[in-house]
Amino acid sequence: MSTHTPSFARRQLPELVVGLCLLAAPFVLPSLGMSADLLTRILIWGLFGLGFDLLFGYTGLLSFGQAAFYGTGGFVSAYLLTSGIVPHMLLALLIGTVVAALAGLIIGYLTLRRTGIYFAMSTLAFGEMFYFLENSAFKEYTGGENGIAGVPPPEIALGFTTIHISSGWPMYWFVAIFFFLGYVVARRIVRSPFGAVLKAIRGNPRRALALGHSINGYKLSVFVIAAAYAGLAGGLLGMFQSYMPPDAFALDTSAQLVIQTVMGGAGTLLGPIIGATIWLYLYEGLQQLANIGSYWKLILGIVFVVLVTLFRHGVAGAVLEWFGKRGKSAKVIDEEADDRAIAELAIVHPGDDAGKGGPVLEARGISKQYGGLKAVTDVTFSLDEGEIRGVIGPNGAGKSTFFAMLAGELETTNGTVFFRGQEITGIGVTAVCQLGMSKSYQINQLFEALSVRQNVMIAVLARRRGKFRADLLRGLHHSHGLDEQVNAAIALVDLSRQADTRVSELSYGEKRRLEIGLALATGANVLLFDEPLAGLGPEERVHVVALLKSIRNGRSMVIVEHDMDAMFELAERITVLYEGRKLAEGTPDEIRSNPAVQTAYLGGMEEHEPA
Amino acid sequence: MPSMSLFFSQLFNGLAMGLLLALISTGLTIIYGTLGVVNFAHGALLVVGAYAGYSAYAMTESFLVAIAVGSAVALVVGLVVERGLMRMYYGRPPEDQILVTFGIGIILVEIVRSIYGGISLSVPTPEWGQGIARIGSLIYPLYRLQALGIAAATLAVLYYVLYRTSLGLIVRAGIEDSEMVNALGINVKRTFLLVFGIGAMAAGYAGVIDSPIVTLSPDMGHRVLVDSFVVVVIGGVGSFPGAIVGGIIAGEILSLTSMFNPAYSHVMLFVVMALVLIFRPQGLMGQEGRE
Repeated sequence: MSTHTPSFARRQLPELVVGLCLLAAPFVLPSLGMSADLLTRILIWGLFGLGFDLLFGYTGLLSFGQAAFYGTGGFVSAYLLTSGIVPHMLLALLIGTVVAALAGLIIGYLTLRRTGIYFAMSTLAFGEMFYFLENSAFKEYTGGENGIAGVPPPEIALGFTTIHISSGWPMYWFVAIFFFLGYVVARRIVRSPFGAVLKAIRGNPRRALALGHSINGYKLSVFVIAAAYAGLAGGLLGMFQSYMPPDAFALDTSAQLVIQTVMGGAGTLLGPIIGATIWLYLYEGLQQLANIGSYWKLILGIVFVVLVTLFRHGVAGAVLEWFGKRGKSAKVIDEEADDRAIAELAIVHPGDDAGKGGPVLEARGISKQYGGLKAVTDVTFSLDEGEIRGVIGPNGAGKSTFFAMLAGELETTNGTVFFRGQEITGIGVTAVCQLGMSKSYQINQLFEALSVRQNVMIAVLARRRGKFRADLLRGLHHSHGLDEQVNAAIALVDLSRQADTRVSELSYGEKRRLEIGLALATGANVLLFDEPLAGLGPEERVHVVALLKSIRNGRSMVIVEHDMDAMFELAERITVLYEGRKLAEGTPDEIRSNPAVQTAYLGGMEEHEPA
Repeated sequence: MPSMSLFFSQLFNGLAMGLLLALISTGLTIIYGTLGVVNFAHGALLVVGAYAGYSAYAMTESFLVAIAVGSAVALVVGLVVERGLMRMYYGRPPEDQILVTFGIGIILVEIVRSIYGGISLSVPTPEWGQGIARIGSLIYPLYRLQALGIAAATLAVLYYVLYRTSLGLIVRAGIEDSEMVNALGINVKRTFLLVFGIGAMAAGYAGVIDSPIVTLSPDMGHRVLVDSFVVVVIGGVGSFPGAIVGGIIAGEILSLTSMFNPAYSHVMLFVVMALVLIFRPQGLMGQEGRE
């Protein structure tokens, strides 16, 4: 690690602030009319929300079924304590949390098979299933509509004495400890390599996959984590109220969690607790006003719709934005990152046994058919070690389809693709990327909300960590040589000055270079470039052509491009596709003088596209 | 072991329930299929329609007027919501659309609650629907039989509108590529408004038809939302035939499993949904690749 790593106090500033707020709250907030019970309830919702924020705010998965895990944890803990099976309070909480996490594993496995709206709908429906189960199959244990009464208050056995935690402020301190630990863990997760991948999944799941991360593993993990947080919060709810209510399982509970998180600000960890404070404080406040007490939910509903419409990042987001505007905007500075360390960008070693001397990338008679349409027919292709190959063809020649099959993105109808002697036909982009081949896209596929550094980090992490690793508590920059690799990739595409700039603020040309930089940062030794010059002005074209030439050492490349001049300058050999078939192949000079290419390609263009 | 006649009567009951579930789900499917928005206010719109129908029925004693008023009120609410809010959300991520429609749902339900109170109400069966019907050995409440007929006829009309008229063609083209439809000189915005209105109206209409069978309460919207989600997840989101197939499957599961143990019939419904998600995540009639 470098010498300018910020001090412990500075790095842990949010933890310190949260800790101080928790300590100060009992002395300050009662003057605003907040009782110990209200603050305890807020903390329980806040703890419940920490997990949900990891799931929704950081990973972008909007679940409407979190009540299932809140209820599960709560009822398991409450049952164990009231039935006397597990008299030990902490053990009962732990078992409740674990059971909730297991329920999360099952429901997550089912619901994560689809994303977006399907996910929201199916989590809502499964949440209701738990409500029904509580009332039918498990009625004997849960008490059905009556819930479980008489949950004993927590006790802490210290050997020489036992502390009985009574309601009121002792209960606040008890729950505050759990909240604080939950917050510290959640913040570590957010700042771990695992957390970096979560943010990438939220920003652009397809690119996260293409950079070699198995996003399903990450999604399922974070779902289980969120379920565990919910289970723990549910267990505390039962102890706090000495009663476990069946409506912990209700849709209203899931909905309240979603609303509180969005009002407070998703993706900030503190959003849920801020939202819970607003919700519960308003609720209590409005109850006391006789005229409008019964309209409290209507008022909250209106507030919610206004917030969603106008303040997209909730209260916490608005505050952060305000601070951001006062400071230097558009920068996302990672204070722990070492921005000076640099090394040569590593390249995945091809492996000693695999196909030495043979072609690095080979397609044997590949075809793709969509219904009656033949996009690509029987193309055979082979790329040698260290070669730069161009692929050209008029619009509709099947270049993109061909390219997608080479990259493992698309299954072939017929034929096979080999990477260093290993068949990769349709194995998927993630596996291909892990083998050492990466693609840059014609349309930029970047993580717009993240900085250049964070973008490149996602690519570097995939190579260092493999498809999936649950390094939840590890510091992002504690991995040896990570910053060096990130800086090297950024320097290679000449974006060092913009390293801490948010991608959405970059110019188009800079984004284009970052697009190439992401493919390079994976360490790939075979690179596929889909129209790297698309949309660039003349000056930037020169810049990118020079860049592509400069990186050829140790890498083989296939480039699809419309810019003939650039192609003739860059490529050693060129493959011409026409109407889905391979028309010709040879050196630039051979292609230029090939009569079939001239008539079919150059002539054909005039014929098809009368100017 | 249940007898054969019980089995057949439950099978028939399942069909009746299923078509009603399909009817309840169509509004959701129409709006999603065209606008790509999952309307989490769907259950609330049904509540609005059912209560408006209840008032109209109490005043005029005509169930037909109740149907007309319930549909019309839901239509107007739908149009206002589309104009006032949804329009701003078409370009925003699906999560935002879910959140705002959910919020709208809360507001609508709370308005209903502030007008009618929170207690349950029951809607009497219309005069022409009282009594029982005999079909062979089967004895069945007459109104349920009529509701089955109404639901089937309504679904047929909707199918005709969506698949056999030029409006339907525009709507279905708008699903595929709204920009292209716009470029062809068709006012997509107005079409979207119309579709949102029709979807809301379908919810209100279903609410009135359903009201003599269930008890009305402002919170019934939750159950409706869950049921229609299960139906469309089984059938395939955005697929009109999928909503019908999903509805009938759901109705049959609820009805047939309740022969053995009524407490588990709803749980079985979720089990089937889980099986669909495992083996055919896009839903039985859903298309691959559409989210």
